[in-house]
Amino acid sequence: MSNILTIAKRELRGYFASPIAYVVIVVFLLLSGICTFKFGRLFSNGQADLYWFFFWHPFLYLLLCPALSMRMWSDERRMGTMELLLTMPITPWQAIIGKFLATWLIVGISLLLTFPIWITINYLGNADNGVIVASYIGSFLMAGLYVAVGAMTSAITRNQVVSFVVSLVILLLLVMCGWPTVTDLFVSWAPPPLLDAIAGCSIWTHFESIQKGVLDSRDILYFVSVMAFCLFTTSTIIRAHRAG
Amino acid sequence: MIQVRDLKKNFGPKTAVNGITFTVERGEVLGFLGPNGAGKSTTMRMITGFIPPSEGAISIGGHDIVENPLPAKRLIGYLPENAPSYSDMSVSGFLHFTAELRGLRGDAKKKAVHRAVEMCFLENVLHQSVETLSKGYRHRTCFAQSIIHDPEVLVLDEPTDGLDPNQKHEVRTLIRQMGEKKAIIFSTHILEEVEAVCSRAVIIDRGRIVANGTPRDLKMRSEQAGAVTIGLVDGNGEDVAAKVRQVAGVERVTVLGERPLRVRAFPKKNSGSDDIARALAELAKKEGWPLQELHVEEGRLDEVFRSITLPDTKKEESK
Ligand SMILES: Nc1ncnc2c1ncn2[C@@H]1O[C@H](COP(=O)(O)OP(=O)(O)O)[C@@H](O)[C@H]1O
Ligand SMILES: [Mg+2]
Repeated sequence: MSNILTIAKRELRGYFASPIAYVVIVVFLLLSGICTFKFGRLFSNGQADLYWFFFWHPFLYLLLCPALSMRMWSDERRMGTMELLLTMPITPWQAIIGKFLATWLIVGISLLLTFPIWITINYLGNADNGVIVASYIGSFLMAGLYVAVGAMTSAITRNQVVSFVVSLVILLLLVMCGWPTVTDLFVSWAPPPLLDAIAGCSIWTHFESIQKGVLDSRDILYFVSVMAFCLFTTSTIIRAHRAG
Repeated sequence: MIQVRDLKKNFGPKTAVNGITFTVERGEVLGFLGPNGAGKSTTMRMITGFIPPSEGAISIGGHDIVENPLPAKRLIGYLPENAPSYSDMSVSGFLHFTAELRGLRGDAKKKAVHRAVEMCFLENVLHQSVETLSKGYRHRTCFAQSIIHDPEVLVLDEPTDGLDPNQKHEVRTLIRQMGEKKAIIFSTHILEEVEAVCSRAVIIDRGRIVANGTPRDLKMRSEQAGAVTIGLVDGNGEDVAAKVRQVAGVERVTVLGERPLRVRAFPKKNSGSDDIARALAELAKKEGWPLQELHVEEGRLDEVFRSITLPDTKKEESK
């Protein structure tokens, strides 16, 4: 446990030693504000909710999470520090979890820093704070999934750009496979169970239901199990890389 | 402390390490010699638990590195090839981080960092970012990391690579000092280093150990070993050579150079170098030669190294 903490602390310091953490946080806050107040028609729809704020999160994370996670393991490989890290008296799992948590935390910090928007909403009208809390939790879980996918792709390569692009593509597919326009492509030939399975894999479907204010255990299970799967794959990739 | 048995490593169809066996006890400094690509780094990566062996077993202080990695890794300090370190950290931050991973906390951590900094002369750059350090300092930072927990086993992959002569000297002195209490393996392709630091050396070529012994033993394998060299301020080369050839036990004689005149006498098999040296001293006195030097050759490590590792490399090239 303390090893996980040590590694997470180092990772966090690394993020704040470079501009990357600041850039991601500032860009997230700016885009959140713009998306909510401009495209979200927050003031015109007469409701006091944060629907449009959370609506854009799957897209914002698409750019920002891979930007954070792209160097997680690729840099360790490129600089050779992986050899140092994995010959320390720690298990590879501690390193994987520590790095993952640190990156997830950065997104969490960005999310926390959006509280002025929440305050504004409460000031403007009677907001349903239950729905908002559920959406925050859902958004944070979703960010965990994005970061876990990024961890996995960063373990594949020593090149950050490749890591970024591959995780962007995987995440985009995971978001889109729940859209009606995409599922409609399959409707004509795919059997309904398969259709459900494809839609069931989608980040979009699961986040949508959380956004309505219901924290369903199935949605939580979805996010957590995709995270677990990706981190497990990360460990497998690292082990394979070491074995040569 | 370190026991390696029948170690093998394949990368796909390629065999990088092909059956290596050795042991290192506390108080020993084992030099790993070999041409580039011989498998030194691969062996060290297996010993430190970074990569799993394809075959064979490694035990560190009685703990198998594959079966029981954590207790084994606790005993090891490791300086990987090219001395990697986190470029976004300061020297002090990096050393504190590694000390923490070694399980050191609070006062013990502070003391350990302080000690390592002192041993590796890092005081001046303590708060500098690793990124901005010169290569020598970066190297020593990683070296400091490897000794931070005062480990019983040290594995150093080319610890003097890229250092200037003074720094090389410092690092060698450090290794020799620490070697009195620890079990140390270090790889190098600098041969003087082996003589200066090691209590024992193995020469590795294409994944196999081709020679194993003290630097002195290894040098004895040299063609020159045991030859007697006599040097005169001046004199006639042919005359002197002819007279030296008459000495009992001398197999053949070569003239190394005129002015000063240096002649080397190679002993016959089974005849002692010391007897020849004594005879030559008497001969010089009798002839009234202006003697400048007279000594028995110890042999040269680079000659041994080349004679063991080169022929095979050449064979491969010609294929
Ligand atoms: N990860 C790897 N994948 C494939 N081949 C490798 C790998 N690591 C080392 N090798 C090969 O194994 C051989 C031994 O390399 P190495 O142990 O680095 O040699 P040395 O350190 O003695 O110079 C080399 O031919 C090298 O190309
Ligand atoms: Mg090497």
